[in-house]
Amino acid sequence: MTAGIPKTASPALEARDLVVRLGGKRRLLRPLVLPVQAVAGVSLSLRPGESLGLVGESGCGKTTLGRTLLGIQRESAGKIELYGTVVSGVAPAIARRKRRAVQYVHQDAGAALDPWWSIGRTLEEGLVILGRDDAQVRRGKIEAMLSAVGLDRSFKSRYVHELSGGQLRRVVLARILLLEPRIVILDEPTAGLDLSVQATVLSLIADLKARLGLTYLLISHDLAVIKRMCDRIAVMYLGRIVESGPTSAIFAMPSHPYTRALLAAAPRLEAEGRHRHDRLLKGEPPNPRSLPSGCAFRTRCPHAAPSCAESLPALEPTGRGREDGDQHGHEVACGRWREIVQASPLPA
Amino acid sequence: MSGTALLEVKSLRLSVRTDEGIAQILDHVELQLARGHILGVVGESGCGKSTLARAVLGIMPSRAVLESGEIHFEGEDLLGVSDREMTRRIRGRRIGFIPQDPYLALNPVFKIGAQLLPMLRWHASADLRSEADRRRRVLSLLRRVQIPEPELALERYPHQFSGGQRQRLMIAGALACSPALVVADEPTTALDVTTQLQILTLLRSLTEEFGIAMLFVTHDLGVVAELCDAITVMYAGQTVETGRTDEVLAAPQHPYTQALLACHPDRSGALGGIQGLVPSPLAPPPGCRFSPRCDYALAQCSTRIPRLVKEAPGRFVSCRLADERQRERP
Repeated sequence: MTAGIPKTASPALEARDLVVRLGGKRRLLRPLVLPVQAVAGVSLSLRPGESLGLVGESGCGKTTLGRTLLGIQRESAGKIELYGTVVSGVAPAIARRKRRAVQYVHQDAGAALDPWWSIGRTLEEGLVILGRDDAQVRRGKIEAMLSAVGLDRSFKSRYVHELSGGQLRRVVLARILLLEPRIVILDEPTAGLDLSVQATVLSLIADLKARLGLTYLLISHDLAVIKRMCDRIAVMYLGRIVESGPTSAIFAMPSHPYTRALLAAAPRLEAEGRHRHDRLLKGEPPNPRSLPSGCAFRTRCPHAAPSCAESLPALEPTGRGREDGDQHGHEVACGRWREIVQASPLPA
Repeated sequence: MSGTALLEVKSLRLSVRTDEGIAQILDHVELQLARGHILGVVGESGCGKSTLARAVLGIMPSRAVLESGEIHFEGEDLLGVSDREMTRRIRGRRIGFIPQDPYLALNPVFKIGAQLLPMLRWHASADLRSEADRRRRVLSLLRRVQIPEPELALERYPHQFSGGQRQRLMIAGALACSPALVVADEPTTALDVTTQLQILTLLRSLTEEFGIAMLFVTHDLGVVAELCDAITVMYAGQTVETGRTDEVLAAPQHPYTQALLACHPDRSGALGGIQGLVPSPLAPPPGCRFSPRCDYALAQCSTRIPRLVKEAPGRFVSCRLADERQRERP
């Protein structure tokens, strides 16, 4: 989707035709275990200062894509550029050194922190590893960052088990932001948080982005969170991006049947159309080791036609969503999107 | 509703002795559930909604102390029923259970058939005396919850099913003995939204088909809006508001319900959240437990628990404001 972006709008982070295969092994006298193609040819670009939302259900490869962009998972094929410099094709240890500007906030804040370490020590670790500052400067930075994420100084001497879920999110954010990243990958930043806490964590994340001039890749299964936080969205299904574009364009005219199903399935407070069976997708995602031919979604798609089994649809522009200078605007990978959108502009 | 209620919980008060002191988990909990209805119990983590569900099932933590209250089910007070009787007559038989994590509830080393069939042997009614009858019953249930190839499914292990299918198996298990009530504790929380919708639709049609009432514990107001006839909102161990789902969601009366709904992305999505933190059950604030965080709190709010004011049939609010409103009415 990034092929024709002019040099002037040079992306902060760009991936082209990224493929990641996981697992798979040859075993003596036993059947070969096929690798899973967790990311199957994904191209995306992250423009400086924007928030890109990556949506999809469990197993769609969104976390693997995030880990690959970060550099801790090596890509099997494809290219990654960071501010115009190629940073792919190297082992994870080198990749991380080249991609210091990219940092990752883990999904499970409690598991990402060491229960035996005080919060102060946890926060200091990254700075010590960077080795730029002396103890005095480190202390100053940690205290400033704690107050930036809305925690007071006393948290330095506290431990993980003493903190609430919302406070833990603030600590993992602070730990990452101390490393002064320019791009932050947030993996399910509100998973497992209560509604009232989720709201404050999201507003903190939005506020920090504005204050520190960050660029976000926000991974979530929750479309409501993505809608609130992101400028653009990419929807993934079984390793591929099936629809992408500006948030407003996608919510105004969701065009891929999978996006439409996701939107329709999200529980709503206003229960019009409650219990409507036509919102239901049939079945479950197929085994990623043996994907169906053609479009991977066709086995569950309410609009599937025989032609869908023949070839893999590529992302094509719908002609919308270019208002904000986005070269590609709204794109969808479905052979039948025009008919589907025409039949009903909005999902049930 | 009170005359026809299948399940009625009256001023339930429960505490648990912990190493750090006595945790007051439930404090004056009230709820009513009519036959064939689905009641959503909603609240944030730590509000006591799971403990309430477990109290109904009679599976409370070992150091739990029931200080007061009643749980009426089919005309008897379950709190007066011995554990042995609960196991023999009620749990699994009259009250089914669907857990949050079916993977933890299923034994990984036994086949599905070996886990579902004995359930019927223990609990089922007299018309399922033979193993063949029981097998037929399980197979028809598996078909009803849309497990593909039920015959083969009986021979499979839990790990060979996806999360959604495991939850379907648990639903089949909960329905096996035709209970009058099913207690479901966050049964769709671990599922993707498209699978969640499948499960919710299935639960709705099953409860209608078999006339089963359901106590559905969840933190997700959207799920309640999709599924439940009525809703009970809990905060820090107290029921604060109850009523028909559409009425409570459209016009919440309790300040906590209002604040919680305002945080929902479908509403304005108040980015500020709710000020303050949920109190620790070890030292809950006196009186209305929401009062320290409430915009409308007065001194009296922290001295006594507001009574449950009946605003309309089936609609109760536990708040000073509702009490005053009612007093002003002629």
